[in-house]
Amino acid sequence: MATFSTNEFRAGLKVMLDGDPCNILENEFVKPGKGQAFNRVRLRNLKTGRVWERTFKSGESLDGADVMELDMEYLYSDGEFYHFMKTDGSFEQVAAGVDAVGDAKQWLKEQETYMVTLWNESPLLVQPPNFIELEVVETDPGLKGDTAQGGTKPATLSTGAVVKVPLFVNRGDVLRVDTRTSEYQSRAKG
Amino acid sequence: MSDWRPGTDRAALEARASLLGRVRAFFAERGVLEVDTPILGATGVTDPAIECVRTRDGQVLQSSPEYFMKRLLAAGCGPIYQIARAFRAEEAGRLHNPEFLLLEWYRPGFDDVALMDEIDALLGPLLPGFPATRLPFRDVLAERLGVDPLLAPHGELAAALTKHFRQAGREADVAALTGGEPTALLDLAYAEAIDDWPGALFIHDFPPQQAALARLREDSRGETVAARFELVVDGIELANGYHELGDPAEQRQRFEADRARRRAAGRLCPDIDEHLLAALTAGFPDCSGVALGLDRVLLLRIGASDLDAVMPFSRDRL
Repeated sequence: MATFSTNEFRAGLKVMLDGDPCNILENEFVKPGKGQAFNRVRLRNLKTGRVWERTFKSGESLDGADVMELDMEYLYSDGEFYHFMKTDGSFEQVAAGVDAVGDAKQWLKEQETYMVTLWNESPLLVQPPNFIELEVVETDPGLKGDTAQGGTKPATLSTGAVVKVPLFVNRGDVLRVDTRTSEYQSRAKG
Repeated sequence: MSDWRPGTDRAALEARASLLGRVRAFFAERGVLEVDTPILGATGVTDPAIECVRTRDGQVLQSSPEYFMKRLLAAGCGPIYQIARAFRAEEAGRLHNPEFLLLEWYRPGFDDVALMDEIDALLGPLLPGFPATRLPFRDVLAERLGVDPLLAPHGELAAALTKHFRQAGREADVAALTGGEPTALLDLAYAEAIDDWPGALFIHDFPPQQAALARLREDSRGETVAARFELVVDGIELANGYHELGDPAEQRQRFEADRARRRAAGRLCPDIDEHLLAALTAGFPDCSGVALGLDRVLLLRIGASDLDAVMPFSRDRL
């Protein structure tokens, strides 16, 4: 694997740091006065999702990480693993463990496309699309006519996620939800 | 990869042209002569923190017009300024471009305080926050890190810096970053202290290790300091100035010390500019000089966050 020097650090570059694959978010070159140069680098640990900042001496280098981000279609869960298929026509499948799926679990819908991060070809992270359409399987009955007023109630969606919805929403409605904030957006147009 | 287009819009180009016009008018009114010296020289600086761009036949693109301008001063030219292209290899970022525009000027008879006054007069009409606050280096570090860098032992400053990073939730191995070198530690401490400092600030009276080409003197508390200052606006370094060192023997010693640091680090060891030392020997006027980054002045003027918005073609558009 190639190594990358601080002056090659760019947003999106995948590198190995302390044994974990990381995604570089930001790289700020800092050169105080006439002094030695440093780089303040913000990274996301792709295993834990944690974002942190580390200061490097300019010119230091890190090994690249064999990390790929692929769009993959969710197929099914066998109880232990979650199975995804490449969308490039190869029908190649990978099995992601609970750790890799993480919070995306509550947004897993068959035939939906997810961003799967592969590290050394095994799934490291599964990210849902920003918006997803899901059916309400359980909520209190809707209040007729109340389409504009405030007030919310919880609704359970087909994937198990629970989101706050306006009072007029009924069981069986299909909702558009922002997966980053778990917020209701609208009723999906049928 | 960018396309063929420039990074600047028409308004940025106008701001650039207008800034150059105002600089020239400012110095014309004060009787400071515009000069232009070579950007391709026979030697470059020995400064361990500056890497020059070199041609295949060993010539050097100048990292500042300083040495040529000092030779003019030694020849008796009087007060001079220059708007110069300067080149520094490996410096690239939001606030750095390997090629940039420096305004550099020298004032015989001025000390560093008088030169700071003149910078206030130049920038006052261009940027908010002037006249700039003036604080000694040791006070700036004391304020941000709780340590007096002129008196605290190396270990104490390193510990304060480590604590500073930890409190901000940032990772930095201070020992590894500085290699245990006192100068590198001061550099890192300084970078952290001025980061996000609000408004316009002159930091003056640097530790003697960071004197560069400034003369040494005693500060009001009896410590040896360098008659060097920097201007920082909203954490962005705009200018670096000296009450210039005129002593050729001391200057040679500093060049040799630079070369020793470079040699120890296994890096390129550039020749000393003997013409500069000969000029100092022939007789150099008591003077102060400063270099001011014009691209960064523009960046602050139009409120941009990346030099790409104020340089027609920054490094990513070449």
